[in-house]
Formats: sequence, C-alpha cells, structure tokens
Amino acid sequence: MLRIHCPVCGPRDETEFTYGSDATIRRPEMAENDPKAWLDYVFMRDNPRGPHREYWHHVTGCRQWLVVERDTLTHEMSGTYLAREVVA
Amino acid sequence: MTARRLPSGGRIDRGRTVTVSFDGRTFPAHPGDTLASALLAGGQQIFARSFKYHRPRGLMAAGVEEPNALVHLRDGARHEPNAQATMVEVFDGLVATSQNAWPSLQFDIGSVNGALSRFFGAGFYYKTFIGPFRGTGFWMACEKIIRNAAGMGRATTLDDPDHYEKINAFCDVLIVGAGPAGISAALAAGRKGENVILVEQDHELGGSLLGEATGGASDAWLGEALAELRDLPSVRVLSRTTAFGAYDSEVFGLVERFQDHLLVPEAGKPRQRYWLVRTGRAILATGAIERPLVFAGNDVPGVMLASAARAYLNRHAVLAGERVVVATNNDSAYTAAVDLAKAGAKVTLCDLRPYIPGDLSLRALGAGIDLRLGHSVLKAEGGKQVRGARVAAVDANGRVSGTASVVACDLIVTSGGWAPALHLWSQRFGKPRYDAELDAFLPPVEKGVFTCVGSLVGARSATEALDQGHAAGGGAGTRGNLRDHGDFWGRGLMPTTVITNANGSTPGKAFVDFQHDVKLADIDQAHLEGYVSVEHLKRYTTSGMAADQGKTSNLNALARMAALRGMEIPQIGTTTFRPPYTPVAIGAIVAHDHGLHFRPTRLSTIHDWHVENGAQTIEAGAWLRPWYYPSRGESLRDAYIREAAHVREHAGIVDVSTLGKIAVQGPDAAEFLNRIYANGFKTLAVGRLRYGVMLREDGFVLDDGATARLGENDYFMSTTTANAAKVLAQAEFLLQTAWRDLKVHVTTVTDQWAAVAIAGPKSRTVLVELTGADLGKEALPNNHLTYVAIAGVPCRLHRMSYSGELAYEIYIPAKSGRKVWEALVEAGKPHDLKPYGTEAMGTLRIEKGHVAGAEIEGRTTMKDLGLEGLASAKKPFIGSVLRRRELLDDPKRPSLIGLEIVGDAGAKAGSLLFARDVPARGHGEGWVSSTTYSPALKKNIALALLSRGPERIGETIQVVDFVGGQTLQAKVVSHHFFDPEGHRQNG
Repeated sequence: MLRIHCPVCGPRDETEFTYGSDATIRRPEMAENDPKAWLDYVFMRDNPRGPHREYWHHVTGCRQWLVVERDTLTHEMSGTYLAREVVA
Repeated sequence: MTARRLPSGGRIDRGRTVTVSFDGRTFPAHPGDTLASALLAGGQQIFARSFKYHRPRGLMAAGVEEPNALVHLRDGARHEPNAQATMVEVFDGLVATSQNAWPSLQFDIGSVNGALSRFFGAGFYYKTFIGPFRGTGFWMACEKIIRNAAGMGRATTLDDPDHYEKINAFCDVLIVGAGPAGISAALAAGRKGENVILVEQDHELGGSLLGEATGGASDAWLGEALAELRDLPSVRVLSRTTAFGAYDSEVFGLVERFQDHLLVPEAGKPRQRYWLVRTGRAILATGAIERPLVFAGNDVPGVMLASAARAYLNRHAVLAGERVVVATNNDSAYTAAVDLAKAGAKVTLCDLRPYIPGDLSLRALGAGIDLRLGHSVLKAEGGKQVRGARVAAVDANGRVSGTASVVACDLIVTSGGWAPALHLWSQRFGKPRYDAELDAFLPPVEKGVFTCVGSLVGARSATEALDQGHAAGGGAGTRGNLRDHGDFWGRGLMPTTVITNANGSTPGKAFVDFQHDVKLADIDQAHLEGYVSVEHLKRYTTSGMAADQGKTSNLNALARMAALRGMEIPQIGTTTFRPPYTPVAIGAIVAHDHGLHFRPTRLSTIHDWHVENGAQTIEAGAWLRPWYYPSRGESLRDAYIREAAHVREHAGIVDVSTLGKIAVQGPDAAEFLNRIYANGFKTLAVGRLRYGVMLREDGFVLDDGATARLGENDYFMSTTTANAAKVLAQAEFLLQTAWRDLKVHVTTVTDQWAAVAIAGPKSRTVLVELTGADLGKEALPNNHLTYVAIAGVPCRLHRMSYSGELAYEIYIPAKSGRKVWEALVEAGKPHDLKPYGTEAMGTLRIEKGHVAGAEIEGRTTMKDLGLEGLASAKKPFIGSVLRRRELLDDPKRPSLIGLEIVGDAGAKAGSLLFARDVPARGHGEGWVSSTTYSPALKKNIALALLSRGPERIGETIQVVDFVGGQTLQAKVVSHHFFDPEGHRQNG
C-alpha cells in the first residue's frame, strides 16, 4: 500500500485516494474545435517507466486533487502538490 | 524412530497435562508443547501423506518451515485444513486428523501414485493439455481422479462462528522477530522512548534461544531482557503474530493468532487480528531456516533437520531417536549432535567435509560421537520409518567415492547450511545478493529505512546478533552477553547439498520440495527439456509453489539447476518472494467487512418509517431504498402495478433523498454549469429549474438531473443516485485543474437534505391544504420553485415531474425528513395519498419514456437516447467535440424506442432484438434496456435501443431472451408511451 503525502492532511493511506489520470496531459481550451486535440487528450497516453506525474484525488479526505510525482518502477514518491497550485 | 519424552528439562509445564487427539488416538501433552512435539513424544511417526505420491511423511522441522506435517484441526464449523502441527499450540480437547490419506495414514491407497511416479513428474499437468487424450472424456475423468488424489486439506463449508478484527497501527520502529537480535533491538529503541512494535510468530519470545538447554546462561539473559521489555512503556510486544507482508511506504501486514491456542475463543474476543502497521523504520530479525540435504529417501519419517531435533530435545524434552546419524556440510549440526549424545543417543556424525577445525572434532569426540569426515548419507533406509542410513565416502560434489555401508539408526538429522529468512525484505526490495561463502542469499544490512540484523545477515554468533540488534535499535543501554557455541554455519561450509551415486543418480526418490513432492529427478528432467529460467523451472516443476513457498526447497532447487547448467548460483538467480510469508486466513483479512457490513449502508432519514410501514427494501448503490410496500402478502408485481396506477389516479409519495445533491456557488457558477451540461444554463432565472444532460469527455452521456437556481450565484444541482460521486469528482477535478480561473465552489449536500416527491392529480390539493401556499398553475408553473413550511419546518418546494404527473419535490433539512414525511402522509389521508417504492417509480418513468441508468450506461450518446434536441450548438461543453465523431453519428447505431410486447408475458431486460423474419442469431440489432407492465396502457412495455429505431416505428420485431429461452413479438413505438404532450405534468 502506498502512503501519499497530502499537502493538506499529511501522510495518508492510498485507500483514501482515487487515481485520476496522467498529470502530464493538458486539457485543451474549451474553445478548441479540433477533434484530434480532444482525442489526444482523452485517449493518448505514454506508459513511462520511471518518474511520472499523476493526478490523485483525496476523495475521503480533503477532496483536493493532487499532482503526485511517482516513480512507476519503485513507487517512490518524490513530491506531492495541490493540483490547483501546479503550473499546468 | 523411537522418540520419547525425557524425564526432565524442556520449556513445558509438567505440572499440567492436557489431552490432544490425532486420528482418534489420544496423547498426553503439557502446556508449552506443540501438536508436533506432543505427538512425537507419544511415538507418532507418520503425520501426513504427501501431495502427489501419498508417501508417508513425518516431522522435518520444528517451526514455521515444516513442509510435511499438515493436519486438519478441530471439527465442525471451526474445522481448519493445512494446519502446521509444528505451529499448533496444544490445548485440552484439541482434535486433529490426518489429511490426504485414505483409508488411513498407515495404509493409504493413494500411495499407488508413487509407483506411477514417472507419469506424474515435472510438467505433468501441462503435458496433459497436449497429450493424445486431451479434451476427451477419458482425460476429464482422469483429471477428476487425480485432482481428488492430489491435494491438501479439505475446507469446511460451514459458516465460521468466530469473528476477526482489523487494527490500524502506527509506530516508530517495527521489529520483526524476537530472537536475540530482535529483542536487543527492541530494548535499545524502547529505552529511548521510541514507539516500538515487536512481532514474534511463536507464542514464546526468544527465537533460537528457545532451542538452548533450559537453565543456562541464555535463559538468564532472556529472562532479564523480557522483564525489562515488559516494563518499557513504549514497547508493544505481539506474540503469536506473523508479519506476513512488507508493502510500499513501510506498511506491514501482520496476523495475530490471538485466540487460536484455545479450543474456543473467549467470549467477546476475536479469534485473529489483522494488523496494518505503518512504521517509520523497520528492523528485520527474522533469522534463518536450515536447509535439508537431498538424498534418496530423505523424506522417510525419521529424517529431520538438525535444528529441529535439537529444538524438540531442548524445548520440548523429546528425544526424537536413540540411534542417530547426523549428516552435515557445516559446523552448526555439531551442537545438535552433541546435545543428542548428551541426552543419551548413540550418534554417528557424517560430515561432507574431509577436514574440519580441531575444536569441532574435539567437541564431537568428547561427546562420544562416531565422527566420519568426508562422508554423507546416500540413502535413508526404511519405508514408514527410518531403519538405517546408507553411509559412504563422498567427493566435493556429493558423489559417492567409496563403498557404502548401512548404519542402523532410527533418526537421521541433516544440515545443508542455512537460508536467511529474507522473505519480507525481498517482498519489498526484490532480488537479494548471493554470498558464496555462506552459500546463501543475503539482504544488505541497510536499505532505505530497513535494517537487517542477526542470522538474517549471517551473524556469526549470538553475541554478534545482540550487537547488531542493539546498534539497529539505537544503541541505548547495555546489550548484555550470551554464550557462543562457536558453531557458526558459515565457517568453512561446504556448499554441497545433494548426495548421489558416482554416476549422479540417486538410489531412490530424493526430494527437493517436500510439500509439493518435487524430486531431484524432476529438476533434472526440466533441465533436459530445456528450462533455463528459474521462474520457468519453478512453474514447470511446481517447486516452491506449495503453501510453504519453498522455505526448505528453493535453494536446493536453484543449486541443482546451477550444477546442471555448470553455472554459479548468482547467474541462475532466484525467484521473487511475495506475500504472505505464511498462509493467512481469509477471515482475518476480511474481518468484519462481509455480508451487510461489506461496506457502509446509507439510509435516508425517513428509512425507519418505510420499514415500520412494511416496505420491502432494495440496494441502490450504497443505499437501501423502499422497493415496494406490499399490502397483505402482495407480490412485487401486484404491488408495483397497484402503486403506479394509484399515482396516476390519486397521488403517491416517494422518498428520493438518495439523489445526489451538489451546491454550486460563486460568481462563475452559471458559466461552470454551461460547460458541464450539454444544454444551456446561462439563461436560467432565479427560482427556476432546468433538466440537464452531462456528457463525459469522450462524448458519451454521463448523467442527467435537474438544477435549480436559488439565487444570483447559488445553484442546487441534483444528480442520479448512482453517479453523484462521479459527477462531483469530475467537477472538482476541472475546477482545480483546467478551470482554475472559474470562481466556483462545489460542495456535496446530499446528506444535508432529505427529499420527497409527491406525484399525481391530487398532489397539489394535498400541499395547498397543508401549507396554505398558492400553488396554482400561474403561481407555481412546472419547473419553478418556492419556499413553504411543513410542520413548522422550512422546506423548498420544486415543481417538477419524473412520473409525468402533476408533481413536486420537497427538499427538507435532513434531520426533519421523517417529521415532514409524516405530516405529508397525514395531510394526504383524505386524498388517498399512498407511498410508493422504486419499482413503481421505474414503471412511471418507463411509461413516460424517461431514460435512467439502464439507458445511460456509458455506451449511449445524446442522439442514441433521443436527447439530441437538448444539445446546445451555441457553446462548447464537455464532450461537445468528441460526441460528433463520425461513427457516433452513424444512423445504424441503436437508438431509443418503445416496445409494446404482444401477448401476456413481459420482456426481460437484456433481451436482443431481431427483425421479424430473420433467424435469431448473433448479437441482433439492439437490446431491451428497461421493462415493466404498464397499468396506464394495460400492456407489457419496454424501453429498448434498436438500430435505426426511430425510423422503424410500427414495425413488429422479435425480442429474444437467449438466457431464458424465450422469444416474444413486439411492436416498435415511440418511447413516450403515456401523455406524450405532457398535459398532465404541466396542468
């Protein structure tokens, strides 16, 4: 089980969170009309081995969305940030 | 083997005697005994029959590594299979029986498998898939017989009468293993006030010290150490507890066998506890497990590990044999040999090594041991018990180099070195390092916040183990002293564990994995067939795949593989260890989370009224809702038809508190709603409601519901019961990431509001009489809201309809839900207001053609559901681009229609649709989503999705239920079955 350091609540069990999505992907602007941009946003993902950034939702805690820097190989987490404070 | 209890010694309470039984025979035992030691003392030799060949098996070990002595424990509902006799503490009335033997342990018909062993070798099971009999009736019959014959214990099918507990714990230091190193670490850390949890799988603390003779120097140290440990306030000691799993982020799974040592758990106490421990750091002091030697007949009852024979002798005062042959490749077995000799056994010691240090030979000779250097045991003679050891001179590769002679004996004890119990370390970090000098895999002393101490990292003596533990614990206080035997296994160990004839063969079956009956010959065969990876070898031969996960076999299998390939062990590698270290009862993991308690049940604040008034309830997501209110033994069908008809004729009241409710507030709330709903929300005026549809990012429909504008910047959104959490999470995600510029706050208020719907032609009258408010058509048109007081409770009244009738939703502060409901029911009595449940609610919405979860199921678009007209073309919204993907626009896509079923039988949801004149094969042209009997139309109707559906109104099609074997005819109609113009709801 992972323990995720929530910037609001401190270190908490993984079971309090739900995984959201890949945090390296940026949502197109609302006005974007090109289907390709939306298809890339919704469907296209890399599967990196090593350091990665992910959105996690502290769903049974403070309900904040976090950006978690996690190594997909070792599960080591080098940092967690409030998504609202991360420069997208 | 002629084992007997010695008149003195041992860590048993001779003052008390309890009785245990095995296969109907009773044995006296003393507290401190295990089932294994008690039976051994009583002369029991055969404990079980082996997995495949049904060979008689006795005790090989005295602890957790025991592969053979698996028994059935207890009777009835507390019956448990595969209990290790070496780990079962005795209690009065203990009943154990043998498993995998018929008709008895002594005479087991299954042992014929042994004669057929050449057919059951490595890869046997895989080969049955490709042989000439594959898939035939003969194969099926054989498979059944073989599966019955091969195997372990039988589980009970009765409900477990005991309960289990889950505990979440936190500590600074978790120490696994309470031998000298672990205890020393706990003392050092505890003295500094660190919060310590010390875990020991045995019921007694001491680890290897428990194998020492009683009354010695080690007992003095142990007594003092444990007394101090008990007095340290920050140290928690968990005995009878196994740390079975080491997980990421320094989380450990423990199972505490809290009451397993009693016949029945004490009142109110859980049988076992499952601990989830989060620790700052971990000290592993898990010790090492002795390796057996591999030679012909090494599984005959009476062949035992040297450490086991010593433990039975010193801990349980049981001398396992009178004439003992010791076979070893290292120093450690000498201590066992000397102890056995001192206890009166006649000992012959065969050391594979041609030369040993002088101190060692002096010890052996001084104890009167017949010492044979450069010798080993080629074969254990005997069938159901050891009668002799065929002893011969051997070379460095374990091959016989001289003539063999038989030494008569009743016990053979072996030591092939030791394997550190690095399971937890490896679970967490993966591959360990091979140490050629110790012929063992070792973890590093430090990695991350893990420190490994004691035999686990090859401590050379008890004193060194104390030192390591003391330092790892933080070094506070003094570490004390223990007497060292000078018998470190790693000093001059000869890394040979397989004894064969000069040509490399064994004169009889030689076992590597005892629990899974994997022979040396099976490893050889796998090698011949080209298996080179250890992971493949493991799966092909199943070596190391039994419940013991190869605790005594992995290294010997690897060593053989390396020898066959002419490689070193590090080049071969090792398999990965995975939790659990020892089997864990499912009951302990589940604890109280089963049945109704599998997850919390959500109840509306009006729930008790429903139950008191005879409602039958149904699970809806996490909620329990009133399903229908049967009167006088009514069936579900009769009840829902009556309830639905009653709503259309008079009025009905239904609890809709389970709807998701989200407060959407802030200056940009309208813009936010405009983005998440497909239809426009910017024009919604204060005091008005609007039905909305939400899409997912990929353009499929996510949810629907009504949103009310309560104030300038204050909206109240409702979602379906099922999607409430999903909708909120998505809203939060967007507001905290891509839409951070929007000044909007979303908050769930589902639990703050009870909600009740009143529907039917008389609903207005009931509410007007009760509230005195003007609720006329002009004062409160459909999709408007107002505020009323009911029974003194301020409520919000939404005029909106799900049933198609004149209808209202009343939002009530949750704590007053029941009070207002009762006031409504009371006020409704003169107007025949009756409660209705979810089933009738479903009927009413199907009659109206409203979509619900069965239609909004993740694969349907707005167009598919006939909702295209709602989609705004003036603004972008979630999914607005991807919903226009070409394939989603295909007119052949199944689209929503209604079905009128011909005849008296209703359709089954999930039935497939076919044109009238085609054979019903394949996936059809669509499916039935929702189905009911319609009291308003007096016929069976259904909602369905049919390819080109809207173009096919009037066509008769087939409705085929392949599961139930039913084919119906149905007429395709508009899904707005009832009052399509909406006169009733707008009236």
